[in-house]
Amino acid sequence: MSLLTLHKKLERNSGLLIFGILFVSSIGGLVQIIPSVFQESLSTPAENLAPYTPLQLLGRDVYIREGCAACHSQQIRSLLAEVKRYGPYSRADEFVYDRPFLWGSKRTGPDLHRVGGKYSDTWHRVHLLDPRAVVPASIMPAYPWLADRAADVDGSLEPRLRALQRLGHPYSDDDIAAAAGTVEDMTELDALIAYLQSLGLTRTRVDGL
Amino acid sequence: MSATAAAVRSVHYEDRIVTAFTAAAIFWSILGMAAGVYVAAELLWPTIDFGQSWLSFGRLRPLHTNAVIFGFGVSALIGTSFYSVQRTSHVPLLAPRLAWFVFFGWQATVLLGGLSLLAGVNASKEYAELEWPFDIAIAIVWICYAVVFFGTLARRKVEPIYISNWFYGALIIVVAMLHIVNSLALPATLTKSYSLFPGAQDAIVQWWYGHNAVGFLLTGGFLGMLYYFLPKQAERPIWSYRLSIVAFWAFVYSYIWAGPHHLHYNAVPEWVQTLGMVMSLILLAPSWATMINGVMTVSGAHRRLRSDPALKFIVLALAFYGLATFEGPMMAIRSVNVLSHFTEWTIGHVHSGALGWNALITFGTFYYLVPKLAGRPLHSAAMANAHFWLALAGVLLYVVAMWGAGVSQGLLWLSLDEIGEVQYSFTDVMTAMAPYYALRLLAGLLFLSGAALMAVNLWRTFAGVQTVRVAPPLVRPLRGVAS
Repeated sequence: MSLLTLHKKLERNSGLLIFGILFVSSIGGLVQIIPSVFQESLSTPAENLAPYTPLQLLGRDVYIREGCAACHSQQIRSLLAEVKRYGPYSRADEFVYDRPFLWGSKRTGPDLHRVGGKYSDTWHRVHLLDPRAVVPASIMPAYPWLADRAADVDGSLEPRLRALQRLGHPYSDDDIAAAAGTVEDMTELDALIAYLQSLGLTRTRVDGL
Repeated sequence: MSATAAAVRSVHYEDRIVTAFTAAAIFWSILGMAAGVYVAAELLWPTIDFGQSWLSFGRLRPLHTNAVIFGFGVSALIGTSFYSVQRTSHVPLLAPRLAWFVFFGWQATVLLGGLSLLAGVNASKEYAELEWPFDIAIAIVWICYAVVFFGTLARRKVEPIYISNWFYGALIIVVAMLHIVNSLALPATLTKSYSLFPGAQDAIVQWWYGHNAVGFLLTGGFLGMLYYFLPKQAERPIWSYRLSIVAFWAFVYSYIWAGPHHLHYNAVPEWVQTLGMVMSLILLAPSWATMINGVMTVSGAHRRLRSDPALKFIVLALAFYGLATFEGPMMAIRSVNVLSHFTEWTIGHVHSGALGWNALITFGTFYYLVPKLAGRPLHSAAMANAHFWLALAGVLLYVVAMWGAGVSQGLLWLSLDEIGEVQYSFTDVMTAMAPYYALRLLAGLLFLSGAALMAVNLWRTFAGVQTVRVAPPLVRPLRGVAS
């Protein structure tokens, strides 16, 4: 009964109600989310993890722009069948340079976390321009426009690298100054392929499997 | 005395804005569902994007989710909250001009945001795809919404704050918190930003947001709608006031923990996953408490249930609410999630909530609300009944097709042969999905055609009239409340 009396106060005072909702709803976040955000092991890169090269970064941003994550996950769960199908299961230290994360929530197409090195650049080129030329049953869209656009079409490579540098990715000022030169004459298709070929190379085998 | 009475009489509720939000919600429902039907067709015929980037699956899919959640869902929630907060407070909206700013600001954000998604401006966080300029616009409009809503509540002439307002209030407060934290990013250009959180931490923050956007917007917000419009239509008070209090606070407390069930067996700490699973199971209690409260409220109104199409929609919505809030905790169990994660089952679950619960309760509410706003009866009860059966057939077919697809997908992906190698190639499993995708397309068409019938029906109801002016009741303010 005393709880109901206490509640009479809450339901008669909109300020108290607002405070009550804010307090009660933030407990979960404080206990569960805040510790994870400050857990160092989740933001420490794997020993051989390199930040994306300028071309790979542009490719990653094309992957984001085209919504590839709607159908392709990048997260191999620690289950036998997944490891058998896709390779070593994914670990947190492999994603430290991923902003945003691209783990996905749906596999209309296969997982791509360890697709790097599985197919040749030529295979990817044909597949992205006409998926059904190499996989007749494929339901993936074709991306013909990627071949016509320069990799850094709006010249925003430098501010992108600067932003990531500010967030702690190990790009030196020299790296950033030289970046534009490394992507000259490249198309968005080249960039996307460079990104796909870089995926998942941090770990290539699982101990004991 | 007569002078003050006349002064009070001239005060009237701000209902034109409710009409505007209702019209906008109907527009977005048709557009968003049509986009959904189109992407469903693309999974059967992948070349119907005709090589156009903006018609491509990856760009249309976020347009579909944004149009239905933020266009249809949020417009319906803001509109109905403005309608009910005035009537449960006996005062007109505070700052009507600010309320209109909320209307135009929100519609412009959803419209321009939708166009930006088609142009490929995508932050790639699910249900938070819009880039940083839109994130700022959303935050500003949302704070104005909070000012209008809580300001109206603070001026109320009825002492207790009615239950529907607690839920709408929780929607406003918690969604503001989630949106601001999850959108934290460093802009690189006007259309590109990088998340402040890296990799695994970004995933944890995103699903804390993603799951609770579902929790406080698609569940809590619509429970506010239920608590006002169900008793109105059933013409009976809520069955148990005490149950509603307990369920409300249990809901606000436990929902926020459940997000990590989206990350089972992913690269995040195991304690986070386990906590997410346990709290998801606990969540079943407050969810079903509210459903029971709703069902018991309507249980004495059988006769109206047969004759009133609006009430039928709301009761069916309650049934799907119960189904989805049972299915969710089950899918959050780690061993079930092994099967369901990454499959079509997830899509089925989302749609049993979005179509079965959110859309149906909104349709039911609109069939009640629009005749009230127009001051005349619904144009055609027969059309509303036809809509009811189209919607029921559509959502059932959708959910069943996705169960079939998802469970087969999960089993086939996980099956190993006698020497321990994967038994089916990915392509084999993918091609087995085609019949289910065809059923889902049919289901979507049925549901969409029902919604189109509603749009015509409600437009005919409203055509040629103005929103009725309603004055607050002339009752003596209760003790202890500033007037």
